[in-house]
Amino acid sequence: MTRLGWLRLGVVAALIGLLEALCRMGAIGRLTMIPPSDMAVALVKLLQDPKMLRHIGETLRNVAVALVLALAFGFVAGVVIRALPRLRRALEPLLATWYAVPFFMFYPLLIVIFGLGDLPVIMVGFLFAVVAMIVATLNGLDRVPRVLGKVARVHRLNGAARALLIDLPCAAPYLLTGAKLALAYSFIGVIASEFIMSGSGLGHEIAFAYNNFDNRTMYGLMLLVIVLVTAANMALHVYEQRQLRKRSRG
Amino acid sequence: MSDAHAELRGVSRVYPATGAQGEVHALGPVDLALAKGEFFSVVGPSGCGKSTLLDVLAGLARPSAGEARFEGRDLAGQVPDGVGVVFQEDASFPWLDVADNIAFGLRRAGVDAAEIARRVAYALGFMGLGDFARAFPAQLSGGMRQRVCIARTLVLQPRLILLDEPFGALDAQTRLLMGDELLRLWRETGATVLLITHALDEATMLSDRIGAMSARPGRFIETLATGWARERDSRIVADPAFGKVTARLWALLREESIRAIGAGLRK
Repeated sequence: MTRLGWLRLGVVAALIGLLEALCRMGAIGRLTMIPPSDMAVALVKLLQDPKMLRHIGETLRNVAVALVLALAFGFVAGVVIRALPRLRRALEPLLATWYAVPFFMFYPLLIVIFGLGDLPVIMVGFLFAVVAMIVATLNGLDRVPRVLGKVARVHRLNGAARALLIDLPCAAPYLLTGAKLALAYSFIGVIASEFIMSGSGLGHEIAFAYNNFDNRTMYGLMLLVIVLVTAANMALHVYEQRQLRKRSRG
Repeated sequence: MSDAHAELRGVSRVYPATGAQGEVHALGPVDLALAKGEFFSVVGPSGCGKSTLLDVLAGLARPSAGEARFEGRDLAGQVPDGVGVVFQEDASFPWLDVADNIAFGLRRAGVDAAEIARRVAYALGFMGLGDFARAFPAQLSGGMRQRVCIARTLVLQPRLILLDEPFGALDAQTRLLMGDELLRLWRETGATVLLITHALDEATMLSDRIGAMSARPGRFIETLATGWARERDSRIVADPAFGKVTARLWALLREESIRAIGAGLRK
């Protein structure tokens, strides 16, 4: 690990240590927060509970479905929108203001359309994530040098082959940025939906624990979400950096 | 029926009006006939339509009038088999290493793995890239990246090689050395070569014939035959005839260049 990496790790460890000390000394009340070490212990216990593992599995499955749909639909939509400049001009204001829309107000509508269960939860995760992927795809494709389009024609590539062999790899760093955002948005959409409109899943369990003053379960699950999102994002970040290193001088 | 390897017959190219910009007559009409195995260069003022001429001859652009033919077939805006193009801009694929860049077209063409390995190894050695097979383009100099692009074109063994100012970004010494490499490749492959360049000395050194173009819309003012032997290299710059050919080119192009840049320079 680099010196900067160690420094970052040190800062995080120091903040956790400070929080631990404040909780242990009573500066932060037990009803407000439990010490981070207790959160970790609670998490280990929760991971041994089969009922809780089902909730965790359900949430991860919903996030995965929402993310895969957002990545696939977002990339295809980005390619199509870029190929149709008039459509792009028409959609650009909508894409720019997408995240200003409070999606949760559409819950009643989504439930009417998709019914109760996983589908409306997945749809919210998808709606949160997809535009990040569309915007990243447009951004990436805009940066494919025009000369590579000529190279594609000299090699007599058809549209699909060009998209797959030239546009996709050339735009890959931007698509990875979109994928990282889409991952975070999928988690937010799915867990927030479960929080208020589902009878199962991590979000529901966190809300249930909160309503019952069960801080150990609540903070244990919150720690789990933080660990999962951070680990997934770090994995994508490492891959992204590896790709960027190939393309940078030195 | 013409026996030219590649030719343009009465080719013009007019770009339609866009927004505030009116219609632009970029090229022609031009006639050009390249003999098989000939090295032909096109020189002319900036913006005279040299690259447009290359695009039409490559099949990358349709002529607005006239026709472009390669080996007797009308191109009709399609790049035909047997044509390779090297562009002025860096066209290497940054996500592939040097060997994979060079092998790109061979894989697309379905060439078997052993033959790909053989041709790539030969191209790496030939272009002086042997130590950089696993390097990525970002780790190479501009000249080396251009050599990767030339190698990617040449491994496909094109019968017509079109070069659009391939050495434009290089310093003078490197350009001379790259010119030597290009002449060596040309002799060994027997391909027909059309080089677009703004450097008169480069055109003089490399070419069998040179077409001098007018300011836009570009037309050939005169075509000069250099009379060089096929076995030649950059040392030809010391030949007294080299200066004469280059001086003749400049005499042809000076007025056209002034016209292209602006009449104010006359004073």
